[in-house]
Amino acid sequence: MLTRRATLLGLGVSAAAPGSALALAAGGGERRLVVVIQRGAMDGMSAVVPYGDPGLRALRARLIPPPPGQPEGMGDLGGFFGLHPAMPRMLAMYRAGQLLPVHAVAGPWRVRSHFEAQDDLESGAPDRLDSGWLNRVAAELPAGGVAGQAMAVGVDMPLLLRGPARVGSWAPAGFGPVAPDLYARAAGLAAGDPVIGPALTEGLREQGFTDGALGAGGRRRGRAAHGFVALAGAAGRLLAAPGGPRLAAISVDGWDTHVGQVPRLHVMLGELDRGLAALRATLGPAWRQTVVLTMTEFGRTARENGTGGTDHGTAGVAFLAGGAVAGGRVLATWPGLRPGQLFQNRDLAPTQDLRALAKGVLAGHLGLPEAALGRVFPGSAGVKGVGGVVRA
Amino acid sequence: MDSDAAQAMIRFGLGPRADRLAPADPRGWLASQLRAAGPAPTPGTAAALEALRADRRDKPKPMQSRTHALFLRDALAHLTQGLTTEQGFRERLVWFWANHFSVSIRQGPVAGLIGPFIAEAIRPHVTGRFADMLLAVMRHPAMLLYLNNAFSFGPDSPAGRRTGRGLNENLARESLELHTVGLASGFTQADVTSYAKILTGWSINLKADPPGFMFRRFAHEPGWHSLLGHRFPPGEAGGVAALRFLGTHPATYRHLATQLAAQFVADDPPSAAVSQLFDTLHRTGGDLGAAAAALPHLPGAWRAETKLRTPQDLLIGAGRALGLRQAERPMLWALHLLGQPLWAAPQPNGWGDKAADWAAPEAMLRRVDFAYAMAGRFPRPAPTVGHAALGPRLRPATGTALARAGSRRDALALLLSSPEFQRR
Repeated sequence: MLTRRATLLGLGVSAAAPGSALALAAGGGERRLVVVIQRGAMDGMSAVVPYGDPGLRALRARLIPPPPGQPEGMGDLGGFFGLHPAMPRMLAMYRAGQLLPVHAVAGPWRVRSHFEAQDDLESGAPDRLDSGWLNRVAAELPAGGVAGQAMAVGVDMPLLLRGPARVGSWAPAGFGPVAPDLYARAAGLAAGDPVIGPALTEGLREQGFTDGALGAGGRRRGRAAHGFVALAGAAGRLLAAPGGPRLAAISVDGWDTHVGQVPRLHVMLGELDRGLAALRATLGPAWRQTVVLTMTEFGRTARENGTGGTDHGTAGVAFLAGGAVAGGRVLATWPGLRPGQLFQNRDLAPTQDLRALAKGVLAGHLGLPEAALGRVFPGSAGVKGVGGVVRA
Repeated sequence: MDSDAAQAMIRFGLGPRADRLAPADPRGWLASQLRAAGPAPTPGTAAALEALRADRRDKPKPMQSRTHALFLRDALAHLTQGLTTEQGFRERLVWFWANHFSVSIRQGPVAGLIGPFIAEAIRPHVTGRFADMLLAVMRHPAMLLYLNNAFSFGPDSPAGRRTGRGLNENLARESLELHTVGLASGFTQADVTSYAKILTGWSINLKADPPGFMFRRFAHEPGWHSLLGHRFPPGEAGGVAALRFLGTHPATYRHLATQLAAQFVADDPPSAAVSQLFDTLHRTGGDLGAAAAALPHLPGAWRAETKLRTPQDLLIGAGRALGLRQAERPMLWALHLLGQPLWAAPQPNGWGDKAADWAAPEAMLRRVDFAYAMAGRFPRPAPTVGHAALGPRLRPATGTALARAGSRRDALALLLSSPEFQRR
């Protein structure tokens, strides 16, 4: 089936970012992992365009950005792949060796339901579990600071972070100040409630921390404060603060591009680009000890659909970004785009298990041993972590 | 108010109103709401489409558009209806079905259409046949625009061949997965594609007077198509037949029974409750009135406080407890801050209704913020509100805390953020 296999396409642009060795000397306890959940299924073949594949144009001519070097053209990633033109900051990260696009990646599930696949993505398993894999990572790490090891940035608590380990959450804006001890009294009244009690107690514990890290305006800002760029910037400040969490998760909705994909995706990818740059800016020196993993529930159809968009597919793209990433290349075993090479003659075929990528990060970056990786991703004994994705 | 009356009003309804007496016969009160259909809704779909047409011509700024004005008007009317209705059980059913067939302003030009969608496709059918509701939903411009079917072309239709445009399977997939048979039915990609072909041509005509649903014959994929083992002929009638088939499918009944039991019994309802609802739907050919009438008889239905109020539930429950009669703009902002902006679900599966969906620490702190803000804006004596809103559910510990609070505002905020108030 797979006639063209080209591992690690794209040449390394820089072998090591300046200062990275120094940064890592601070020790594993300083290393941070941010997971971005792209809900709705990002079209990987638009984010990282396999423009060198001769089959691409026949599938989706109208979805391909201009080639590298042309006005509004994609950024070249080594002669075969191009980064979407809405992502200049991520292109700069790539050139600095801090971005590793991973192509033809998919989880072990083969479903095309957003909701089922998002549950699987966050569970880290072929079927939904009651806890998320990032929560299970937190459980493997030493006890965290005042805010716990992990924090959800945004109003909701994604399944990815639900589970036995204590996890905080933070979101911008509010209703205005309340009477100083009202939270504590409300928490006391709710102590017997299995849901409300623990949530309020946990919220109070974090609140002292987040207010300190974000300043007085942290809880009261406007609508703009809810977008991914603002959330990512806040996540960086929280992660960089003394006693801050080491793990964070952010959800971004809006990737379900069935119609008019080109302009919509331009906005979404631009927001992703600016958000990662905001995260880098607010992390400051801690960026060098950080890995960001972006992941989505599945890719989209290789062919353009009837309305200038794409429908639910299989394999797509994940990004690793951060000063600790061994980037500047594209990690892909390219399956090809001829009809016989597509998955069910429809989707980009998966050649990389997302869990293997995550395991590579957890082992290389956070130092999780093999047994811990097995607990984080149950039933994945045969899935070996990808080596060399982070700097040693 | 005894505990049955509290359960009828809080679990099944939207909460007691400060200025109304509790029903003497709670079960009879619930049943009576299912017999009395409200007045026929005022049609608004054509007017909303005319507003959309005018906006496209004049290109106003988004916040100054006609469709935005319609959204605000309808959203506030929807909340006002929740605050004032005497038929809270029936209104909760409207909420439930509107969320089952969620249409959200996050996708497509639907802002002016959601109010008319609920009024015309949902509300008239909450005690009618599910298949009729399904057909009304699938023909409504709000759903056709939200899930992109309005612009899906049969690749072998005359228009498809001429323009090279083709299928968009978004509505077909979500209709199978979320609205009808569900994933447990085991439908395949081939079913999704077939169904999308069956639905080609189900579109809108924005230029007609009045504008509205239109079956576009020239965009319709020719030929017979197979869906879940049944074959359907081409044409609009083939689509209607497919919807009747899906709307009366046993897998659909199973799916609906599971969701109804989770809304009215518990996050994880007893399997007997689900099977009783399934039996009712199956026996009656999908009679939603019969299913609603069965809800108060399900095992576990009268166990109090098993459900956490969603933000919308909390807002309306608090507003009713405080005696409010008119929704205001800040309430829309409050729903946004509490994580459930009205008619703006992030994804086509609508809002979750389980405790875990709403139990993030930050979200819970915001409920305290919300309670304090409401207590400041609408000062009322907390003990009076507590007895009227909760009756026997008000715990002694909460009563003591209200009495000891340092201010009337603190007391009311503690009441509105107490666990017994946040549950239903």
